[in-house]
Amino acid sequence: MEQVASAGGAHAVNKFRVSDFVMMAVVVILCATCVLPFIHVAAKSISGNTAVMSKAVYFWPKDITLDAFKRVFGDESMTYSMLFSVGITLIFTVLGMLVCTCAAYPLSKKRLKGKQAFTFVMMVPMYFGAGIIPAYLLYQDLHILDTMWVLILPLIYSPYNMLIMKNFFQSTIPDSLEESAFLDGASNIQILWKIVLPLSKPILATLSLFYAVGRWNSYADNMYYTRSADLKMIQYKLYQLVASATEAQTASLADTGGASQAAPEVLQAASIMFVTVPIIIIYPFLQKYFVQGTMIGAVKG
Amino acid sequence: MAKSKKAKAEIQTKATWKNAWRRDWQLYLLLLFPLVMVFVFSYAAYPGLRMVFMDYKPAKGYAGSEWVGMATFQKIFSDPDFHRAVRNSVVFNLADLLVGFPMPIILALILNELRYARFKKVSQTILYLPHFLSWAIIGSVALTMFKPSSGLVNVVMMNAGIIEEGIPFLNEKWHWAVTYLLIGVWQGMGWGTILYLAAITGISGELYEAAMIDGANRWKRMWHITLPGIKSTVVTLLIMNLGRVMGSNLERLVAFGNSQVKDFQYQLAVYIYNKGLNNGKFSMGTAVNLFQSLIGLVLVIMSDRIAKKLGEDGLL
Repeated sequence: MEQVASAGGAHAVNKFRVSDFVMMAVVVILCATCVLPFIHVAAKSISGNTAVMSKAVYFWPKDITLDAFKRVFGDESMTYSMLFSVGITLIFTVLGMLVCTCAAYPLSKKRLKGKQAFTFVMMVPMYFGAGIIPAYLLYQDLHILDTMWVLILPLIYSPYNMLIMKNFFQSTIPDSLEESAFLDGASNIQILWKIVLPLSKPILATLSLFYAVGRWNSYADNMYYTRSADLKMIQYKLYQLVASATEAQTASLADTGGASQAAPEVLQAASIMFVTVPIIIIYPFLQKYFVQGTMIGAVKG
Repeated sequence: MAKSKKAKAEIQTKATWKNAWRRDWQLYLLLLFPLVMVFVFSYAAYPGLRMVFMDYKPAKGYAGSEWVGMATFQKIFSDPDFHRAVRNSVVFNLADLLVGFPMPIILALILNELRYARFKKVSQTILYLPHFLSWAIIGSVALTMFKPSSGLVNVVMMNAGIIEEGIPFLNEKWHWAVTYLLIGVWQGMGWGTILYLAAITGISGELYEAAMIDGANRWKRMWHITLPGIKSTVVTLLIMNLGRVMGSNLERLVAFGNSQVKDFQYQLAVYIYNKGLNNGKFSMGTAVNLFQSLIGLVLVIMSDRIAKKLGEDGLL
């Protein structure tokens, strides 16, 4: 009874129990599985060849050297892919937000005649697609196959993001605000630009990040619809690099992988870090927006 | 007030097209851009589906290729590769669901019980990390960690004398299957807690207080208050995941692929990509793709019905 009196809420008991300890331990272990692999790869990437070859590098670098990174940064195709990815992601995000707003705002208006039919038309692609081969042939006819536009245009309209934005408009922007602006003679586009969008900054930030991170991380379309070397985004580049290294290692597994394999291992670690570090640096700042977007997305429209 | 507003909205919806256009022409104009995009890049691909009834030859195009009726479907249903792809997709997706679904629930319950707010916040941030990484990164880090001879996990275990020889975590199909599944669970567990944690926040604190006065300990409170409190979220997410049993993610599959595990790695997405797109069997690839999407669609609709029958919000 004193226990109850001494605190409130779900976590009232003050004594630190065994169960508290066990739960903290579980969480610490799970966190370790998320952190240690990357520390290991990072340590490898700045270690000397011999140390890595003798399997002496765990979570701390040995014979520190930046040679591998110099080679990665010196490799024009890597830096090119990185910059290309940045460029594509920027264009993709801007166009994506534009098309998303153009769809979500009208469809968020209850009074819009034909709203249901339009919404249906805009949502169908989320549930049923024609598949990659008809899409491949379509892009061929549109002359965007194996150009940078095939990495941008087909995906800028996202039904899921549109739904999130529409839900946000419907739930957050009071109708009365728009009605009074309307009575003052403002047009629909003026209302959108001057009233609705300034009030929607959080969702605009969230969806821009959804678009940007989504584009940044995916590479299936890069595999399907492009052939040219200068259209490889950085994730696809990393995938190919590691896949070919793995196959080479597998092939030479019989004749006991010799010294020649150690160097690629450091180089590979440096390449992984080259691609991973940017996102590790920024994701702690992104997560709050992602959480917010996921919540709005969970409420059905 | 609310009622009159609703009535007003209804009246306005019943306006003639002419009046609607006069009032909202700018909105329709805005809508034109996304409509064009969705027609040009999504709907325009649907007619291409007719190739499943053809023997499509890339050189001849739709016009020159021969109509063959159901022959393509007969071909895929007697194709051992197709059977293998379906078996692998279904088995791996069900296994994913079985081990992957409960994990975020358990983790959310644990996170909710953590006592130090700062510790909780930092661990949440760390656990979210895998969600932000591409499969290319996860795959390449996993290959570094699990190499049979020089991967960290094997090196540590060999040094500790637990094993004599490196375990082929990603180089032998059965080991691969387990590793692949566990990495999937690991990737999704942190982010998966978000909706559950939000649902837990919605549970009234009074319930917990009352339970404590009645002498319920932590486990009893978890079992009798927290779990029932998030039940509808659990049901909705479970049903949503059931709808994905036929899906397959090419990026994840290729990130862990190598020639020694082809037997299990060969799932529907790989079939469509390798056999269909790369080997020019366009009609077969599209037929398999169609088969996959139709089953997916049916599963989603069924899931939605079941959810509504159970009194939950549907998905559609």
